[in-house]
Amino acid sequence: MSDLLDFTFADARKKLAAKDFSAVELTQAYLDALEAGRGLNAYVLETPEVALERAAASDQRIARGEAGALEGLPLGVKDLFCTEGVRTTACSKILDGFTPPYESFVTEKMRAAGAVMLGKLNNDEFAMGSSNESSCFGTPVNPWRKTGSEAALVAGGSSGGSAAAVAARLCLGATATDTGGSIRQPAAFTGTVGIKPTYGRCSRWGVVAFASSLDQAGPIARDVRDAAILLGAMSGHDPRDSTSVEREVPDFEAAVGRSVKGLRIGLPKEYRVDGMPAEIEALWEQGAAWLRAAGAEVVEVSLPHTKYALPAYYIVAPAEASSNLARYDGVRYGLRVPGRDVVEMYEKTRAAGFGDEVRRRIMIGTYVLSAGYYDAYYVRAQKVRTLIKRDFETVFADGVDAILTPATPSAAFGIGENANASPVEMYLNDVFTVTVNMAGLPGVAVPAGKSADGLPLALQLIGRPFDEETLVSTAAVIEDAAGGGFTPERWW
Amino acid sequence: MNAPSRVPASSKLIPGATGDWEVVIGMEIHAQVTSEAKLFSGSSTGFGAPPNSHVSLVDAAMPGMLPVLNHECVRQAIRSGLAINAQINLVSTFDRKNYFYPDLPQGYQISQYKSPIVGEGEVTVDLGEGESIVVGVERIHLEQDAGKSIHDQDPKLSFVDLNRSGVALMEIVSKPDLRSSEEAKAYVTKLRTILRYIGACDGDMDKGNLRADVNVSVRKPGAPLGTRCEIKNVNSIRFIGQAIEIEARRQIEILEDGGTIDQETRLFDPSKGETRSMRSKEEAHDYRYFPDPDLLPLKIAQAEVDELRAALPELPDAKKTRFIADYGVTPYDAMVLTLERESADFFEAVAKHGDPKLAANWTINELFGRLNKQGLAIEASPVSAAQLGGLISLVSEGVISGKIAKDLFEILWTEGGDPRELVESRGLRQVTDVGAIEKVCDEVIAANPEKVAQAKAKPTLIGWFVGQVMKASGGKANPQAVNDLLKRKLEI
Repeated sequence: MSDLLDFTFADARKKLAAKDFSAVELTQAYLDALEAGRGLNAYVLETPEVALERAAASDQRIARGEAGALEGLPLGVKDLFCTEGVRTTACSKILDGFTPPYESFVTEKMRAAGAVMLGKLNNDEFAMGSSNESSCFGTPVNPWRKTGSEAALVAGGSSGGSAAAVAARLCLGATATDTGGSIRQPAAFTGTVGIKPTYGRCSRWGVVAFASSLDQAGPIARDVRDAAILLGAMSGHDPRDSTSVEREVPDFEAAVGRSVKGLRIGLPKEYRVDGMPAEIEALWEQGAAWLRAAGAEVVEVSLPHTKYALPAYYIVAPAEASSNLARYDGVRYGLRVPGRDVVEMYEKTRAAGFGDEVRRRIMIGTYVLSAGYYDAYYVRAQKVRTLIKRDFETVFADGVDAILTPATPSAAFGIGENANASPVEMYLNDVFTVTVNMAGLPGVAVPAGKSADGLPLALQLIGRPFDEETLVSTAAVIEDAAGGGFTPERWW
Repeated sequence: MNAPSRVPASSKLIPGATGDWEVVIGMEIHAQVTSEAKLFSGSSTGFGAPPNSHVSLVDAAMPGMLPVLNHECVRQAIRSGLAINAQINLVSTFDRKNYFYPDLPQGYQISQYKSPIVGEGEVTVDLGEGESIVVGVERIHLEQDAGKSIHDQDPKLSFVDLNRSGVALMEIVSKPDLRSSEEAKAYVTKLRTILRYIGACDGDMDKGNLRADVNVSVRKPGAPLGTRCEIKNVNSIRFIGQAIEIEARRQIEILEDGGTIDQETRLFDPSKGETRSMRSKEEAHDYRYFPDPDLLPLKIAQAEVDELRAALPELPDAKKTRFIADYGVTPYDAMVLTLERESADFFEAVAKHGDPKLAANWTINELFGRLNKQGLAIEASPVSAAQLGGLISLVSEGVISGKIAKDLFEILWTEGGDPRELVESRGLRQVTDVGAIEKVCDEVIAANPEKVAQAKAKPTLIGWFVGQVMKASGGKANPQAVNDLLKRKLEI
């Protein structure tokens, strides 16, 4: 049984086509794994009936020779994606019991390609967080532990459930979303591969909004090839999202194994932040050395406005969130706590429905958009955003093909470990990732090594707009050089 | 524009205990854009449907739903701008206006705050007796309408109907160029006429498709502008006039009693004939406007503007000028005839048949008068333009007298038919046979010897004789011929 779980996407696809096993068998193996892995709290909703029904349909299509790109492959779906007839809550009490009558563009596309949905995956409430500790369903547990320790670690956030499930083989791959690092950071913490596509590559239609100008859906998978396959199935133009780009979707999988010889890889000097652990620094050096060995040219580059990215991000994202989350008012769906009048109903509903982190960001966002503060905060943050974008444009115009950075400033930390940390300290987790969202660029996190205590560490590659292919080729080179070993030992 | 320098006629000033006061008025007209679908969703804009039957997922602000601009509404806004000679902004943006209300599902209204689609323009307003003023328009922007809260269906509950939610409105903001309730009414009437001409708004105020927020302040002539109050949502032209009169007098009373005006939003209550405070400046919402990140800036090609300009119909001012020049009608008649495009078209169809002045006379006095009395629109007129044209050509040709023409009109109105055939079949033809008329004249003269004597002393008495002859001839005698014959016979 566990053999079935070992196959990657690409392998399973071949085996299914060859009828070595059926989609139903593969799905059942995962459903059993889900049951055994409940202690990880990766899933907030299991949908075995849906899964088996779709798997059976997949088997029929395979038998008829009509298999789609993801035919019969069991996937998990982040609870931020609306799924028709299946409860969708963004892991917030305010969407208690909400079952959408519609399917998000991305999951609809995957479904049309034959994917089997196993269930809905845990995430930070409304995708706000870097440790998945703000979910109303509790924190998912990282399948990785420090060597010799049984302490539970976070799987990162906000797509902690997606990353934990993929790493623990509770699904073949998962959908995730990334607003400031929510795909790449959890992927880094769990030894999985996460791709944050260029803004506009994947439609936001049907994805619960956090910060509209930054949100982007993408995959988390076990390896670069699987991530590339999934990305291809998630991408495409959608007229229902005005920011979705009308552009042909390349064959991302074909970029795996493509040579990086002659590529110019930039190392931004501003990412050498104070207090960066030596092992992160060493990992970065190692990554550069691997790429050099593969024939790439590695150059130092400058992204001078990097240090302003995090503060600017924590103005723009909450500002948009404060407005995006106004629709959760208890009037039409989700939680409603009655009050004497409509204002009291609003207050009670929103106080009961939103957790601390969401409330904090709504308040920050409301503040920065207020009369008298708007120019000082929001307008300035947007200017910073323009400068950050220009930094990247300049580097790319100088002939740099991709930028290599660490994905996170540390390995996964313990659940509750930062409970007493200030929110700002938590926000530092995003220091290497937010710039990518601010500039709308694609980024990938790929496992590249381990920390001294045996936890996975990852590197990040940042690419030109809509050049995910170069990222896939380059990440595959790093993946190869790192030599694997990013499957956690099963303890659950 | 002409606001500061314009000195209104003293007849427009309002006398107070301390002297004359000048009222200064600016208006924000909300005009529902004529379009099949809403501004950002594909839902129907049809009126009178059962509650919540024209509501899409986007209109109900379901999680993950996104707005997609309906370009037809953009074209209507551009046409409206062109019709008032306004600047069309080739780049404009949509902003979110944030506030909570149960009939505002998103928790924000999408509007255009910083960069509206239409810039400055002007409207020439006729005030009668040759007086006209030019009213400046500050801007026209596109925005979403809200839904409707219904409070009178249940003692405890309020209901929400979202059919209107998301319907496109144009907000047309005037400069404070108006100086009396009459001017304000004439301005709205003219704007309504223009919008109806171009088909950008049906102007139906009963359905709320055109409504006004009226800003009113008072000052001593020549003094700086006073503090204004905004009267919200006035929904008839008559009420606009009343609200202004009542509000101006309220402000004058306060000022003359030594008080000051608080800047506030007020509501006009036509049944009580008063305006009431809705909220003060302190209670005013902080709308936290910011650019809607779900929508890209709206870019319009100059070619499209040119194409829309070329396709505009003849506008009321041009039509009026042409009617005066080509048909020789009075400016007043031209104004009345061009108030509605359909009326103007009707008149032109009538005028093809004969004397245009006669056509104007009959169209305005007989037809419009009758239609008004019966509350019918020109489209529902029982008498067609061809029939009325036939009637006036019979009058012009001298086939029937004016009096008979009125009888004929009555027949056309109630029974229909071809005017010329009716004249023949019912023997309405005017008697122009001098011999026959002469016979009647002789009979009347012979029967009234005293009157003959009196008429010789007082020639105006000839009118009595004409009347008698006409009566005796059943109205069919040619009155001119009767007059000439009688003059000769009575030797006056």
